[in-house]
Formats: sequence, structure tokens, C-alpha cells
Amino acid sequence: MSDCRSCAEFSRSQLLTRGFAKAGRGLPAVEPGMPDPAGTGLDRRTFLSRSLGAALTVYGASALAPRALDEAIARASAAGRNDRVLVTVFAPGGWDSLSLLYPSGDPRYRHLRPSLALKPDEGKPFSGDSRLHWHPSFESLSHLHQHGRLTVFPAIGYYHPDQSHFTSRHFWEVGALDTRQSTGWLGRLLDVIGDEDNAMQGLSLDSSLMPSLATARVPVATLTNPGDYGFDSHNVWDVPGVLLQEALGSLGGLVDETDPILTNASKTIGQADQLRRQLGRFIGDDGEAHYNTKAKYPETDFGRRLAGLAALLHAGFPIRAVALQAPGSYDTHSDEPGALANGAKEVADCLAAFQHDLEIRRLGGRVVTLLWSEFGRRAEQNDSNGTDHGAAGVGFLMGANVRHKMVGEFPGLSRGLDRDGNLKHTVDFRSVYASLLEHWFDVDSDRILPDAKKLPRFNLV
Amino acid sequence: MDSVPVPVHKGPFGPEQAERLLWRAGFGPRPGEDDALAKKGLHGAVESLVRPHGPDRLVGKPPAVDGHPIAPKDAFGHDHLWWLDRMVRTSQPLVERMTLVWHDWFATSNETVGSQRIMLQQNELFREIGLGSFEGLAMRVTINPAMLLYLNGLNSMKGSPNENYARELMELFTLGVDAGYTERDVREQARALTGWTADYQNGYGWKNFRFKRENHDDAMKVVFGKVGALNWKSAVRLCIAHPKHPAYFVNKLWGYFVPVPPDDATRAALQTLYVQSGHNIRPVVGAILKHPLLYEGPRMTKSPVVYTAGLLRRRGDRISTEDWIWLDAMAGQQLFYPPNVSGWNDDRWLDTSRFRARWLIARRALEKHAFNPDHASPKDRPPSDPKELVDKAIAFWGGVRLTDHTRKALLAYAEKTMAAAIADEGRQRAFPMLTYNALRHLVAVSPEMQTA
Repeated sequence: MSDCRSCAEFSRSQLLTRGFAKAGRGLPAVEPGMPDPAGTGLDRRTFLSRSLGAALTVYGASALAPRALDEAIARASAAGRNDRVLVTVFAPGGWDSLSLLYPSGDPRYRHLRPSLALKPDEGKPFSGDSRLHWHPSFESLSHLHQHGRLTVFPAIGYYHPDQSHFTSRHFWEVGALDTRQSTGWLGRLLDVIGDEDNAMQGLSLDSSLMPSLATARVPVATLTNPGDYGFDSHNVWDVPGVLLQEALGSLGGLVDETDPILTNASKTIGQADQLRRQLGRFIGDDGEAHYNTKAKYPETDFGRRLAGLAALLHAGFPIRAVALQAPGSYDTHSDEPGALANGAKEVADCLAAFQHDLEIRRLGGRVVTLLWSEFGRRAEQNDSNGTDHGAAGVGFLMGANVRHKMVGEFPGLSRGLDRDGNLKHTVDFRSVYASLLEHWFDVDSDRILPDAKKLPRFNLV
Repeated sequence: MDSVPVPVHKGPFGPEQAERLLWRAGFGPRPGEDDALAKKGLHGAVESLVRPHGPDRLVGKPPAVDGHPIAPKDAFGHDHLWWLDRMVRTSQPLVERMTLVWHDWFATSNETVGSQRIMLQQNELFREIGLGSFEGLAMRVTINPAMLLYLNGLNSMKGSPNENYARELMELFTLGVDAGYTERDVREQARALTGWTADYQNGYGWKNFRFKRENHDDAMKVVFGKVGALNWKSAVRLCIAHPKHPAYFVNKLWGYFVPVPPDDATRAALQTLYVQSGHNIRPVVGAILKHPLLYEGPRMTKSPVVYTAGLLRRRGDRISTEDWIWLDAMAGQQLFYPPNVSGWNDDRWLDTSRFRARWLIARRALEKHAFNPDHASPKDRPPSDPKELVDKAIAFWGGVRLTDHTRKALLAYAEKTMAAAIADEGRQRAFPMLTYNALRHLVAVSPEMQTA
């Protein structure tokens, strides 16, 4: 039963889309019939995981002038403190909406999911639709929902759903059902509202640029972790290690009137030192990042990134759009329950902590967070105690300003399935984008989304 | 035939000048290489670079990753390691450097080509004829598989010619933007270039690149006002014969070696030299390498791969890790992946993020050399006098010439760390090593080492 063309394809799409700067280049060709990507022994995942520890990398149509970042950050303390921010979190692999918000009140559910179906008393009831229950891993999100901090899209997708991880994610990243589009939807937003010299406006909290942030005009930045812009050395510790940082800064400030290039090299070192000091506000004597927050984040990499983001926003860094990848891998073709629960709980707990943190810092009114996955999964489970690729999935919008508990309805497992047995969408993801662009960023979404005219809008915020 | 003379550097040509020449025309000196080159004098030195004898000898151990040989055609990023290794070990640095120049000039990215095998073929082409006739090079590039794939020359056919290569051939490769050609010329050149095809085999990729007569538009065309049944050869020939070409060629080539523009007399002399040589690359490069501005003008920022290769070459270290791939990419230059068809932007090599990547590159290069106080034997312990420590760190990098500003910064650091060791026996033993490790790192990332 299992049509798992999946795992190989999925890893490959993940490797490729998480590969190097894709700004302005479109997604590489891996569709059938196209030339193979670089080499057959390709292993970009390993390759990239080694690059964790990589810090700020700036991408842009025209690369950033050396001083611009520091200046842009400095300006932020004067202006832009009230700018609105959108954070997008991508859950990779196509997570199973029919487990995360499971329809135990739908008569077909148990029939389609004989071994996977959760019982009504395992998770809290969902107040938006009596048929649905929250997956136990999502308990912290259910609290947010209860307190009006979360809008649920129980069946989000698009017409003619594509079941390739690669293609479907691409559609979501670029905000169009167009495989040739090479800039991301947030990238195009920043091309309209952004500055020529502020790379922090589009922040990819990842080891490489998230495709949604690929711009054509303005620079954006990648920061693996705000706590990681350090200049340590191998086998240099104690006093020599501490003084090394200061010594590096002292290599800046060299001025040679006859040699502008040598002078510029020195100036860049001075600026790197400044940036290190700015980000260093968050680094304690132990060398670890401390964000001075009362929110309780799980002790995970994702938690630390979000904690760092909240601290950066609080410190006035000029950030408008952020993209990052959620922990976990949701391509659950086999043994779904464990794989899903682990990742989902971390995602939910970290996001809830992030929301709490933002509100303690009085940033609640400035930030909304969109949580998405490239598709949902097949309604009928497979023979490996898992599920195959589906169509519509579940999405969430988190923030202190969200207006609704639910947008779009759950279409049910009888009439709500398409001829492939996948959930039909009741909300087009591009409608959500168009609504956010217009109501949150106050821009004309026609300038950013090719199909904006055809799409309905929702009063989301 | 003698050409109008191009100005020649008349000042001293000692190890300092020889070192700069090795950086501009290669990847910096191996130990002793700058002294040896200086002994040849300016003319002898340049001649040895532009006309190296015999086949290239790669000096030192071949690359290995985790003890295994690399797989440049197959493993992701090993193409980068393969070429970086040549830069580190070559005895013919200018040949490798020209290969890098052509990789940038005729920029082709594996992001689109999707085959390391095909990219490496192109790379060999640049190495093989990179100092010969430019017309010959442009001809070969025009029908090179990687380029056919990159700029859509492949399967560009009669009736629906693809204009991509035709446009870049003029705009970026031979004439310059809007320099002496019209949109009509672009369309007509595209027709002239039609006819190339290949087969795609699953599991192998593109192969059997060939000219297919029935795909070619053999009707009359008009390019630059010249009429004929033009084909791909005439397309290239017309560009090279175009009156705007010599100026474009000379200016662009100059920019790879000297960061400030030439004066008008130099420009004119180089153009004459180029045309009279029959559009040969070698004499023009030779003349640029002897020009006073190369020695008396400002320094140039090293590109990331030149920086990385230079560190390893200076130490005679082999390629033994895949880390160079992501580190160089992070610094802005993964070989075989130029950002677009106009190549890398040499004015943008340094910013705060890329500088940090260079810090990590230097860190990685030094890792195997770092002293560990817990394991060091007493005999090779570094000195504890701050000034001696600084001198030793500079000597480690071949006696790189530092400004007083940088020297003072290094000395201040060493004095402070050693002062903190007073009256503490453990620190007195460990701090010279820790300080020495740090000083070598600071020298490696200094403004003087980022430029040459």
C-alpha cells in the first residue's frame, strides 16, 4: 500500500532546499527527467550539519556594504521599534494533521486509521469544532488557543495539490503555484518594504537561507543562532582566550592613507568586533548565551533560537520577517506515533514559551508567528503504522492579536476527501499570505503574490 | 613585431615584490619561493610564471578525507577540494590562477549544470588553453558542455533560438554591456548559435554533445552589419574582431591583477600588444605582471579560495578535511558555484559575516599546529618573552610583513597575557603556548594577510 517514494526524495529535497544561498536562483532541478544534482554521492545534510556553528551570512542582490549592518542596527534604537514582525516556522516532511488535530468525532476516522487512531480522552477537545481533539503533544498550543492566542486552519492547502515534498514546499516558500519562481514571498515583501542596507530585516535563523526570504533587491541575513558570533581559537583558553577577543578588535583601526584596501580590511575587522560586542550583550562569562528571560523554554536548539530571537527583538534589532525550521521530521511513513509526538511536543512547547516571552517583554502586539508544513498526510494509514503523503494539512497563526480561533472548516473524512483519499483544503495558504501582507504589513499584496486578485481574504489580525 | 611598450616596473624586485607577484599570479609563496623568485629578477620571474617548463608537478601529499582519496566527480564538494588542492600544490601557479580567472570570466555554475563531471571537463579546458589564443578559448567555451547547459545553448534550435548565450557572449565575455551591438545582433547571433544537442541518459546524465545540422538555422543573418549564413564559429569570430573587443578584454583582464585602473597610455599599449599578438592571452598577462602599478599600487583583497589555498601552501599542508568546502562557501566562494553568469564580485569579499568565515578558515588551518599545554614536550615549548612570541608567530607565516599598527596590537596582547602569568607556575608553563596559538591566529586574520 505504501507509495513511499518519500524518504529518499524527502531527504534530497531537504538537503537541496537547505543547501547554499538560493537567493534569486530558484530551486535546483530535481524533478524527474531533469539532470541530477551535483554528484551521486551527494550528502549535503552531513555537510551542512558540520556548518552549524556558522554565523551571520548575508545574502542579497547586491551584497551588503561592510558598515551597513552595524549602522542599520544602530539606527534601530532610534526608529522602527514599533515595526511589525512575522515569524514563519516550517515543520519539515508534511506533518499529519489528522493526528495533530484528530477527528475522533468523525465516524470514518477509526475505520481509516485502525492502529493509529487516538482515543477521544487522549487529548483535549478542540473548542472550534466538536469533532476534533488536540494531540497530547500539542497541549501547550491548546492553552494558547484557549486564551485567544492561536488561530487554527484545520484544512490548509491549495488546488491540484502536489505530493512532492520538494515542489509543495517550494509553492509555500515562494507564495505561488509556480515552480520557476525564484524569490520567496517574504523576500518579495522585503523588496517592497525593506531597506537597501539592513540585512537584519529578513532573518533566516538557520544554517542557510530559508527560501521564503530570498530577495531580488535588498539584503537579508542568516544567523545560525544569535548566541553564535564568537571568535574563539583552538587551544586558547583562560586569560589568553578572554583577551583574544579584545586583541582581534585592536587589529581594526589601521589606517594607511596610501592603501584604501588595506584600510578597508582593517575596518571590517573593527566592524566584526562591534557586531560581536552587540551580540555579546547576550553572552555570559561562561561563553553561553543568556537572554535574561523569565519564559521557560525547553533546553533545545530550537528553544535557544527562539529565546535569542525574542531577545534580539527586545533589544531593538531591525527585524521584519524571520524564517526558521522546526525540529523533528514529519515524513512519517512508518511508526508514526513516536516520531510525530517527539517533534511536535518540542515545537509546541518552544512556541508557547516564545509567545509568553514576547508578552513579558511587551512585544506581544508586534509579532505574529505562522506555523506550516508542506502538506498533510493521507487519511487512510498504510501497512507500516504510518501515513503517506496527503494534500491539505493543518496550519497555525500565533500571536496576541489574532482575531479568530479557527479559519476555514474541517471538511470531514467522507465528503472532505479528494479522489486520492486526501483531505481537501478549505483555506488556500496564499489567502493567509495575502491577508497578512495587507492587514499586518499594510502593503498591496498584488505586488507580492501573483494570484492575489483571485484569493479571498480573512481578517486574521 | 615590436609593439608599443607597456610601462615596466623599474623599482626594486626583492622578496617583497616577488611575494606580491606570487599572490597576484598565484596563491602566495611556498616556504622560500618568494626568495627564489626574487633572484630571477622581474623579467625572469614573470617569464617563469607565464612560460612554465614541462608538465605541472604537484608537490606534497595528495588530498585525503578521513584517510580516503577524494571523489571530485561524485562526492558533493569534492570538486572544490580537488581544485583547492591544485592551488596549494601546483608548481605552475599562474596556470591555476588563470584557470580561476576563466572560471570567473566565463562563469558557469554547477547549481544549473548539475554535473561535477561536466564542470571538471570545463575546468580542464581552462587549464589547458588558458594562456593561449582568446579566440580559441572563446570558441571552445561556446560549445563546451557545461556552458551549453548553463546558458541554454543546448537544444537551441532553428525557429526558436535561445538568446541567453548570444547575449552574454557579447555583454560579458567579449564586448561589454551595450558596447557596439544591438538587440537585433543578439537575436541574429542566437540564430547563428543554434544546432547543438546532446542525449540525456538516466543515471549518467548528459552525454554525446554534438552539432546537429538539421537543428541549425543556416539561412542568412546580419550581425554587426555583416551578412552571411553565419554559424557558431562566425558568431565568436565576429565578436573577437569587433573594434570594441580589445579594450574590453584588456580592461577586464587587468582588473584580475591590479585593483586600480590603468592609465590611457597603458591601456592603449596593452590593446596594441593584444591585437598584434593575434589575440593571445600570454603576452598581455606577462605585461600586466611587470607593470609598475602591480608593485607600487594598493594591495588587493584575497578571494576566499586564494586566502585558504595561501594559508595551506605557506605551511605545506595537505587537504585533509571537507571543512574547506563549507568554510569557503561561508566566506563567499565555493568553486564551481559562482553566484551568477557575471562571476564573483571582487569588491565584496569582506564584510562582517565573511570575515568571521575567514576567522574560522584560519582556525581550521591552525588546528593541527596548535600547542596543547597538556601534551607539549618541553623542548618545543614557545618562548615566554612577549616580543619573541610575536616574532615567532610572524615567522610561522613565513615572515609576513606587518604594519607597525598590527605589530603593536600583537605585542600588547602578548604582554598582557604574559603579565597575567606572573607568580603562577601553571600559567607560566601554559600561557606561552596559549598565547602563541592565539598570536598565530591573529597574524593569519590580520589586514595584511587578508590582502596582498
